[in-house]
Amino acid sequence: MIRRRVKRARRGGFDLRIPADERDILRSVGPSLREVLVDRATAIEPGEDEAVDRLFPAAYPDDEERQAEFRLLAHDQLLESHLGALAVLEETADADHLDEDQLLAWMRALNNIRLVLGVRLGVTEDRDEWPDSLDDPRAPAFAMYQYLTYLQGEIIEVLST
Amino acid sequence: MDGGYQHTLTTAPVEVKQPDIDDVVVPDRPWIVIVWNDPINLMSYVTFVFQKLFGYSLEKATKLMLDVHEKGRAVVSSGPREKAELDVFRLHEHGLWATMEHES
Repeated sequence: MIRRRVKRARRGGFDLRIPADERDILRSVGPSLREVLVDRATAIEPGEDEAVDRLFPAAYPDDEERQAEFRLLAHDQLLESHLGALAVLEETADADHLDEDQLLAWMRALNNIRLVLGVRLGVTEDRDEWPDSLDDPRAPAFAMYQYLTYLQGEIIEVLST
Repeated sequence: MDGGYQHTLTTAPVEVKQPDIDDVVVPDRPWIVIVWNDPINLMSYVTFVFQKLFGYSLEKATKLMLDVHEKGRAVVSSGPREKAELDVFRLHEHGLWATMEHES
């Protein structure tokens, strides 16, 4: 039986019961997300990296001028928001208890990491395309993707009840 | 070039105030905010985000999510340009793929 990783605490907030090896994973995902958000995003133009475009989507895909204006206003704020959520995840990766804001930040950080992984893996809705053997070089990244999906799903479930 | 007004029937020249282009206010047509389907976001997550950001009931949020999932896109909110941009921004903060356009 799989033990729940996240539970609503009677005293308020949420209790975390996450095994040590999974906490190692949560502590390890930050750098690759930060690399996309900061290093990649500043080095390239929209359209050059699908992962960057996925984290900073165009609001006006068919209107270059309006999109340029939107980007000027929104990009840095969006970056701050994404980095802020990631910082919470990293700072509380070993915590036994989170308040609601922290759990919501986990939810967003995990989603962003999944977006990057999913885009890089070329995840589609067709399950037949998913790696099905450990020999597949995508297997480790895919296992990570599956785990983060599971954890995010549990968080959403707990927040929704 | 704007030719102005010609009064051909008057005998004395009449000064006519030309409308200044800045005084002519074109009302902004409403904007709609669209969320597009993608293979990564969880259905439960999309539903949760719609409830959280827009205060929609579980039923309405679920219906919108299913529209995104099955039809490829759904209009999730609408309004003046500034409001639509803010909605798009908040959806982007949650990793949803949102765009905006004029209501057609």
